[in-house]
Amino acid sequence: MSSIAIDSHLHKAIRFYQASIGKKAVMAVTGVVLFGYLVGHLAGNMQVYLGAEQMDKYAAFLHSMPLLLWSVRALLVASVVLHITASLQLQKLKLDARPAGYVKKEAVDSSLASRSMIWSGLMIAAFVIYHILDLTTGAAGAVQFRELRAYENLVYSFRRVPVSGFYILGMVLLGMHLYHGLWSIFQTVGFSHPRYTPVIKRLAAWVAILMAAGFISIPIAVWTGLVGSNL
Amino acid sequence: MELNSNLPTGPIESAWDRARFEMKLVNPANKRKYNIIVVGSGLAGASAAATLAELGYNIQCFCFQDSPRRAHSIAAQGGINAAKNYQNDGDSIFRLFYDTVKGGDFRSREANVYRLAQISVNIIDQCVAQGVPFAREYGGTLANRSFGGAQVSRTFYARGQTGQQLLLGAYQALERQVGAGQVKMLPRTEMLSLVLVEGKARGIVTRNLITGKIESYAADAVVLATGGYGNVYNLSTNARGSNCTAIWRAYKHGAAFANPCFTQIHPTCIPVSGEYQSKLTLMSESLRNDGRIWVPKTCGDKRPPVQIPEPERDYYLERRYPSFGNLVPRDVASRNAKAVCDEGRGVGETALGVYLDFSDAIQRLGASGIRERYGNLFDMYERITGEDPYKVPMRIYPAIHYTMGGLWVDYQLMSTIPGLFVAGEANFSDHGANRLGASALMQGLADGYFILPYTLGNYLASTKLDKVQTDYAEFRREEAEVAAMTKQLLAIKGKRTVASFHRELGKLLWDHCGMSRTAKGLQLAVTKIRELREEFWTNVDVLGRDNEMNQALEHAGRVADFLELAELIAIDALHRDESCGGHFREEYQTPDGEAQRDDEHYSYAAAWEFRGLDQPPELHKEPLQFEYVHPTQRSYK
Amino acid sequence: MRLTLHVWRQKSASDPGRMIQYEARNVNPDMSFLEMLDVVNEELTVKGEDPIAFDSDCREGICGMCGFVINGVAHGPRRGTTVCQLHMRKFKDGDVLYLEPWRARAFPVIKDLVVDRGAFDRVIAAGGYISVPAGSAPDGNAIQVPKQNADLAMDAAACIGCGACVAACPNASASLFTAAKITHLGVLPQGQPERADRAMRMVAQAAAEGFGSCTNIGECEAVCPKEIKLEVIARMNRDFIKAAWTNRGTSSATGGAG
Repeated sequence: MSSIAIDSHLHKAIRFYQASIGKKAVMAVTGVVLFGYLVGHLAGNMQVYLGAEQMDKYAAFLHSMPLLLWSVRALLVASVVLHITASLQLQKLKLDARPAGYVKKEAVDSSLASRSMIWSGLMIAAFVIYHILDLTTGAAGAVQFRELRAYENLVYSFRRVPVSGFYILGMVLLGMHLYHGLWSIFQTVGFSHPRYTPVIKRLAAWVAILMAAGFISIPIAVWTGLVGSNL
Repeated sequence: MELNSNLPTGPIESAWDRARFEMKLVNPANKRKYNIIVVGSGLAGASAAATLAELGYNIQCFCFQDSPRRAHSIAAQGGINAAKNYQNDGDSIFRLFYDTVKGGDFRSREANVYRLAQISVNIIDQCVAQGVPFAREYGGTLANRSFGGAQVSRTFYARGQTGQQLLLGAYQALERQVGAGQVKMLPRTEMLSLVLVEGKARGIVTRNLITGKIESYAADAVVLATGGYGNVYNLSTNARGSNCTAIWRAYKHGAAFANPCFTQIHPTCIPVSGEYQSKLTLMSESLRNDGRIWVPKTCGDKRPPVQIPEPERDYYLERRYPSFGNLVPRDVASRNAKAVCDEGRGVGETALGVYLDFSDAIQRLGASGIRERYGNLFDMYERITGEDPYKVPMRIYPAIHYTMGGLWVDYQLMSTIPGLFVAGEANFSDHGANRLGASALMQGLADGYFILPYTLGNYLASTKLDKVQTDYAEFRREEAEVAAMTKQLLAIKGKRTVASFHRELGKLLWDHCGMSRTAKGLQLAVTKIRELREEFWTNVDVLGRDNEMNQALEHAGRVADFLELAELIAIDALHRDESCGGHFREEYQTPDGEAQRDDEHYSYAAAWEFRGLDQPPELHKEPLQFEYVHPTQRSYK
Repeated sequence: MRLTLHVWRQKSASDPGRMIQYEARNVNPDMSFLEMLDVVNEELTVKGEDPIAFDSDCREGICGMCGFVINGVAHGPRRGTTVCQLHMRKFKDGDVLYLEPWRARAFPVIKDLVVDRGAFDRVIAAGGYISVPAGSAPDGNAIQVPKQNADLAMDAAACIGCGACVAACPNASASLFTAAKITHLGVLPQGQPERADRAMRMVAQAAAEGFGSCTNIGECEAVCPKEIKLEVIARMNRDFIKAAWTNRGTSSATGGAG
């Protein structure tokens, strides 16, 4: 047997995950799941512009199917755990791979977004925890948190400047994360073509910007009174 | 010393077949008992090491670079010839053989060249199967281009990087054997001596270029595939590290050195821009298809080229060779460039250059037409010189490119030392006095893939070889000598850098033993080389220690050998009272200035035997017979 | 022109090393970067100081031996160019340049700007070849290759193994190098029999050498002197993913008879 024995006794999946390309593929797939959730979440959130009744109805609708809700939540949690675990393992690989750095290092072509995925990702994770405590469980001390009164909770929460500031920051980072992450999914699973990849990159950038803008529009709408002026 | 070329007898077409049949074979089970050392990892070395390993021999392969993939074969641009006749344009093995013998100006062995032409066909098959990305036609078949010295289209190529791709093919085959444990690769290890036990080559002494450690390696046979010695001229198209040390030290141990003065000069290189110049870059010869070569009519005309009006320009090749014009062969173009520069009409800051002007071609084909044909060459020129060749004529000047001479070998590629085989540019075997374009790659791979695997086995099977150990006195003695030389170089602590000696030697040789040579100049060169060598050994300054990476020390050892080889080159050039191929003696030219061979007296390979540095080398002659291609005189008027 | 150089000096692998400042005087714009260093080294030698060690060989941009980082960019500011083909006219009088060796765990520094890239050879030895013993090849034209595959293979095969991709990659990943070879051989019909194994073995070896993983940043592509495209990495990923799920693995050594 030559220098690298491919241990065929290990289960394929474990073996696959052991390779960095395997970890990346897991990140790509879980990334797709999380992106899908974000699209749904944004679509839901946009209902804030249709008024309190519609928004609360939507919240009630989601809660009317506990099995589906908790299945989705489980899938999301699993995806988040895998996504973050893989990214931390890759980050460790990165740190191990270059123990001594450069005195001077310039980026030639790469985007800030691509070079700071781990940081934007971890910040988003931190944001998500706060966000759930704030608007899903109410544990983060929203002024007048009431279960299933999504519209009110949202408006009251966003009226606190630090909260909406943190939210906007989180969404800018999310935009950056998607800016690199979305096209990266294709590259990681092996799709690249001189004709289509530039298109995918442009599309990914627009989707990232639009999604971040969509989310950010809500606290701004609260401030400007476009949303929640009746409360 | 006796030169026994071991040439097969009988019809040339079946000579190699007969020779192969007559060779003794090593039983497959016995192959693993043999150890072979391969020095050099270029086309010849890597292909030999990989193929011998595949057969089951244990190989140790050495290179001075950090990886076998760096060997200078990688820089070959144009292509590789093969008598495939895929173009159905009348090519054949016999025609490739004929062109090569004629191109070599009738100073090569017919049997060797015929074998080379036969094997050329297998090389292409082998390389394609390895995944070498040769250029293809739209139908998926292999593409060909034509090259100098041939009327058929038989050159296979991979863009302008044919050497790179062929080397990578051989390198990958080599690495496969490294992975399989059949080859032990020792990069950054330089061979500094050959070890003979009972008159046979049984090992080498090396210096580890990282730790400085002097080490011995024992084997049953040694293959030298260490390339050419063009860097004896300091400035050449060779890589900075290319050197003669391995073959030179083998020479000093008894291997005959054949035709050292046969050096090839390439006419289209980018000229020297200053003292600091470290190498010369080749521009493909194909540029002469559309460019017109000229210099100003008056000496010292320093006007920018565009300001020199047409009547004040001298298109000297078109004037002197009306029928071939700018397309005269390499040696003729080179000599004429030197002549006009010697007259003081050279161009550029150093006045060592001539214009290669594309303005007519640009007018005819448009800039886009020119870009299509030569775009990457124009870019390369612009990158190096900072001048835009679409607007300003290129400046070119000849440079040393290849050395046809090398260690003398018989038909089996074995030198005059039993067990010492020499392959590729390091031997003298196939190109005579001049090498045709796209033939060097062919020879290196022929030697490594298809000749050595047979001939080496024959040697091993027919020779009694006792086991030798590196603690034998023979190894100890060589190690001590190598260590002593290293210590001596470091101990001189003189005033001049190694590079300054190399520059001076190069200039000396280029001036007196370059494109054109005279008896007087060569005699002067011999004297001056000896003086320079003496100064080197009393006044060179090599810093640092011997037990560390020390690039100045590596360079010093190589220059020390060049200083000795240079003398032999001059002696060989002086003794050969004729002009042939790359060797042009001004005394021997036809009335119209062409090289004049003297077949009656010089139709032989000159093999020199080392007799000590204070003694003249001894000349042995291997007469050349031409039964199939009859010597003729070239004319390009 | 005159330049200030800050050069990484390190006596040996075990020495900690540091940046040291030098003045390069009388720099001619027509010099290559390495010729400029040659001149600096000759001046250092005359002064009795140890010259700066750096690797180079062909000096025409094809052997891949040279390379270091100039002001934070592998092979310096000119695109698609190795340091040996970078000329001083690209700089201006008074410039301050920082020269550092390739930095990666898999490329330990040997001395000054010289690093050990043996890891690349081992990645190739792990599978970067087509197993074809001399003598067993069919006629060259028996294997037809569509021109666009031949061109794609050539684009990838242009890799010179210099290591700039690793040096520039924030992850010190050797993906561009590994993928270039996997692509070169993987798009040719001759390379199909070993395609799955090749991807598995080469990727595993690159990881074993301590190279990082690819995160699709693209700095490698930007500094590659042969301008090899990120597309090759996607192809490697595809080959690897496919092989990981479908390959049955090798049951015996590569060589049968020996």
